[in-house]
Amino acid sequence: MDFATLIQILDSTLRLATPLLLACLAGLYSERAGVFDIGLEGKMLAAAFLSGAVAFVSGSVWLGVLAGIGASLALSAVHGLASITFRGNQLISGVAINFLASGLTVLVGQNWFELGGRTPALTEGRFQPITLPLAETLAPVPVLGPIYSDLISGHSALVYLALALVPASWWLLNRTRFGLRLRAVGENPAAVDTAGVSVVGIRFAAVAICGVLCGLAGAYLATALSAGFVKEMTAGRGYIALAALIFAKWRPFAAMGACLLFGLLEAVANRFQNIDLGVVVLPVQFMQALPYILTVVILAGFVGKAIPPRAGGEPYVKER
Amino acid sequence: MERMPKWADVALVPLMSLMLAFAISALVIAAIGENPWAAIRTMVTGALGSTYGWGYTLYYTTNFLFTGLAVSVAFHAGLFNIGGEGQAALGGLGVALCCLFIPWPHWSLALIAATLSGAAFGAAWAALPAWLQARRGSHIVITTIMFNFIGASLLNYLLVNVLKPQGSMDPATARFAPEVRLPGLHEVLAVAGIPFSKATPVNVTLLVGLAACVAVWALIWRTRLGYEIRAFGKSEKAAVYAGIRPVRITMVAMLISGGLAGMMAINNVMGEAERLVMNSVEGAGFIGIAVALMGRGHPFGVLLAALLFGFLYQGGAELALFTSIPRELIVVIQALVILFTGALDDLVRRPVAALFRLTRKETR
Amino acid sequence: MEPLGGVSPDGGRPAAVAPSAPWAIELRGISKAFGPVQANRDISIRIARGSIHGIVGENGAGKSTLMSILYGFYRADAGEILIGGRPVQIPDSQAAIRAGIGMVFQHFKLVPNFTVLENVILGAEDGALLRPSLTRARAVLADLAREYDLDVDPNAVVENLSVGHQQRVEILKALFRRADILILDEPTGVLTPDEADHLFRILRGLRDQGKTIVLITHKLREIMEITDHVSVMRRGQMVATVPTPETSPEQLAELMVGRKVLLHVDKGPAAPGRTVLQVENLALTDAQGVQRLRGINLHVRAGEILGIAGVAGNGQSELLDVLGGYARATGRVTVNGVEIDLTGRTGDGRSRRAQGIAHVPEDRQVRGLILDFAAWENVGFGYHHAPEYQKNALFMDNDALRADCAAKMARFDIRPPIPALAARNFSGGNQQKIIVAREIERNPDLLLVGQPTRGVDIGAIEFIHKQIIALRDAGKAILLVSVELDEILSLSDRIAVMFDGRIMGERLPSETNERDLGLLMAGMAG
Repeated sequence: MDFATLIQILDSTLRLATPLLLACLAGLYSERAGVFDIGLEGKMLAAAFLSGAVAFVSGSVWLGVLAGIGASLALSAVHGLASITFRGNQLISGVAINFLASGLTVLVGQNWFELGGRTPALTEGRFQPITLPLAETLAPVPVLGPIYSDLISGHSALVYLALALVPASWWLLNRTRFGLRLRAVGENPAAVDTAGVSVVGIRFAAVAICGVLCGLAGAYLATALSAGFVKEMTAGRGYIALAALIFAKWRPFAAMGACLLFGLLEAVANRFQNIDLGVVVLPVQFMQALPYILTVVILAGFVGKAIPPRAGGEPYVKER
Repeated sequence: MERMPKWADVALVPLMSLMLAFAISALVIAAIGENPWAAIRTMVTGALGSTYGWGYTLYYTTNFLFTGLAVSVAFHAGLFNIGGEGQAALGGLGVALCCLFIPWPHWSLALIAATLSGAAFGAAWAALPAWLQARRGSHIVITTIMFNFIGASLLNYLLVNVLKPQGSMDPATARFAPEVRLPGLHEVLAVAGIPFSKATPVNVTLLVGLAACVAVWALIWRTRLGYEIRAFGKSEKAAVYAGIRPVRITMVAMLISGGLAGMMAINNVMGEAERLVMNSVEGAGFIGIAVALMGRGHPFGVLLAALLFGFLYQGGAELALFTSIPRELIVVIQALVILFTGALDDLVRRPVAALFRLTRKETR
Repeated sequence: MEPLGGVSPDGGRPAAVAPSAPWAIELRGISKAFGPVQANRDISIRIARGSIHGIVGENGAGKSTLMSILYGFYRADAGEILIGGRPVQIPDSQAAIRAGIGMVFQHFKLVPNFTVLENVILGAEDGALLRPSLTRARAVLADLAREYDLDVDPNAVVENLSVGHQQRVEILKALFRRADILILDEPTGVLTPDEADHLFRILRGLRDQGKTIVLITHKLREIMEITDHVSVMRRGQMVATVPTPETSPEQLAELMVGRKVLLHVDKGPAAPGRTVLQVENLALTDAQGVQRLRGINLHVRAGEILGIAGVAGNGQSELLDVLGGYARATGRVTVNGVEIDLTGRTGDGRSRRAQGIAHVPEDRQVRGLILDFAAWENVGFGYHHAPEYQKNALFMDNDALRADCAAKMARFDIRPPIPALAARNFSGGNQQKIIVAREIERNPDLLLVGQPTRGVDIGAIEFIHKQIIALRDAGKAILLVSVELDEILSLSDRIAVMFDGRIMGERLPSETNERDLGLLMAGMAG
């Protein structure tokens, strides 16, 4: 493998890791506040559809992003209503949201565009790559030049936003009042309640942040990674993000690491069909399954135990 | 101090949830510019108006019976098995291997062997998540989701690289021998002199599914194992006090659950496709969740719910054929049913309970 | 340590309050019902500023409900709350905190993986950023530590602290919020005597600085030791408020129960026979690495009741768990001379029952019953393998279970006598009778009984006590664990006292009293 190929693979790793990272951070906020969310997939899908549709109709990518966030937030509201207000089963609610998005996107898409659930291909209304300062000037420099101009420069705004959200999330969770309360609500909501702070309020805030980030992840899929929405375009990315979240043990920087790793696996699987290690040939399907296999291994606790937030999955019921 | 009568709990609340789900679906249909009433008529005629329609409805019902029972058994043990999809897919592998590589003299023998083989493969696919839950405390919802994807990759690999006949472009196994072809329902009914459409995939597996309902009912409510599964599902601490071993019950319940999901393959792989194709389960594993929730985990409820979803599936296909409403409408209805009967149960339950309290006060 | 059960040196000091000063807390006509249960009925009480005021009552008397109303957890159906003489509304905890009320719950409300500082500032932060709050809290904690003997490492993670230190964090939380009134709900239930002593020193210090302390407990010894005034609650009503020096434990006990305390249950002398249960060197270390049992040696003979007394949390629950078959331990235990498995490999609840051990567990709702099961299903719980409940090799005989349930309901006067009713819908006393009927009627060689009358009404208590004695008179061995000394003293033929995972000593009921047992329970003498 030559250097140019390596740069290409890493470049596509970054592109593929971005939606995972956004969705993973989305799940992080929700789950650190004690609300399990297996509906990341559905929220991303709904966001991808609506952002693709609105971006096509309006010609504005930013309107598209806003619409995507709106779609995702609407599903978040359903999840919040079910799991916080009505104290329903958070897992079942997540499953329902995934199906709801899966069905509605096609149903509405077919009705609007009559393309079998796709949105028309975007010519305008897409994210354009951002060329960082001096990228062209530095390109001829050996090694560092291509790394800067091809790998670091030339991505869409959402890629940089996603990367910036990692330290920002760490800071928000660990250095602010909101973060302290959010983490407390995920560990022992009774402590927050008796301290005179609304558990319901904090949890809804967390679920809303989750909605916004899933919206960004979905919008990225339809308006940056691809040019428009296609049926089931999330293709399990919401679940991979969930896997990355567990892999990262619910921590922002580790989440970035996990998403980059899973992005790399996807990039490699896209680039090479089967990988010949000399002794054994790894089939492409193995690479596709690897994120899930790794997550199971982590969950099994053989390589460091992944302990979820203590109050996760449990609706809060006031008691003495 | 009963908050509401039992009939309200098991029948009224699910029915009202269902009505709510249908009402919202009707709004969705109206919103995309179609007439909900006409849509329902199309669905009813398409799914129930002819023996042809019934044939497809019952074929889908059979699939959902198995996956619905699978989810129900796990629910009784307090486990949420989201992996029915993967377990049914692996069950398909078990059925295919059994039908492809053994020269069966008669379909009946093949059916027995394929049932066992499909169940064994499905159970095997549930075994590791079950063991991880029981021994390592790994959340079974997450592990079974992961196993759905791992299973899909595994089958993809096997179909593309191993099981595909030479020279074929289609990632599927060869067609099974004619000896293992299962009799259709029309052949069964012909014995009794009842005419039935010959062009539908419904087959004897329906009878196996009905038998499975009875067997699960007996297991859960009439055997010691069922008693232990239910006790464990209600309270692990109490179960341990009573000498019920959590690891054993978790394993056994999940193996039965996975086995039931795997048995679905005799319907779709052996009965319908007569070969193993990519993505043969087509979401039936997930519909099992809706069916189990709707049926309140009781085999009779599961039967009714499976019938309902069978009707929706066939009716939905008819809709897609004759109107501009795509099949995905069914996925929306399914989502709403899961939402209202599962996660938003309290939305209906609270007002109903309040109503009963009110009427009781008045009658006093 | 101050003498137990007596009046402490400063306990008799009248609270330093001028008669005209407004009361710290005044409740007028507070009522609260949960469905048909009237938890609080027309309660009026005045609590003087700068005093320690005790509230005593049996389990279920309504103490905790009353305090939860004061802390905004529940809203009273009727009545008025005055703080410092001014009427206030307390719709939520926020309002309670604003009114200067702090509460230390029986089950601490701490975030286990947060530091002490983080726990203290949670909900009382100064601004959107944490750093200024943390800095201020560190300074405040240092002051409080000096002033009140309340030292806790501010950087320690709470889950690594001892229970006593965690409780101090709860007190610090309240003081950091400038609470003038501190309510403590059963604060010593989980403390060692040393820790309890330390707590009392802190509380006296707080009172001397003008804080008002409300102490909820059912331990009369503590009331006598530390409070200035005491109020007694019984069945949701406030039956008396008296200055502590003017009362006695006997009088308080009588007020709590509403009649002369029955210290003696009718029973004849025991006729102990052969040894049924022999426990040697039993030791258990829990998952957190805490040694819960440190070499227990005891025996119970046929036809006798061995009572295990002790403050909750000194290893009694673990002892029952091991004997019942659901905790692993080391040592040697024989029943009727046969060794039972302590490793969990072959021994479990089922094998114990097969060895003739029956068990009325401490927590009937968590362990003893499946609340969603019908009464008839609960009647076979744990004995669902018994041959009389089987129809054939495959199926259980549900009709036999129903018939057995109906018969037990008649014999044990379980109400309502409806086998199909879910266990959840029976009262505490009737739930306990279902369990007692199930366990006693198996005619076991050894009966383990944990807290048999906790939360059970008085009528059912007498009935259950009679059943236990009848089993003893039938020549069976009984191991009774209870935190109620009355119960231990009146039922036991011999008494062993547990403290910190050890047996501190054995007594005959005729040769001991509450004071003597109290010393052993506190880990003194032996």
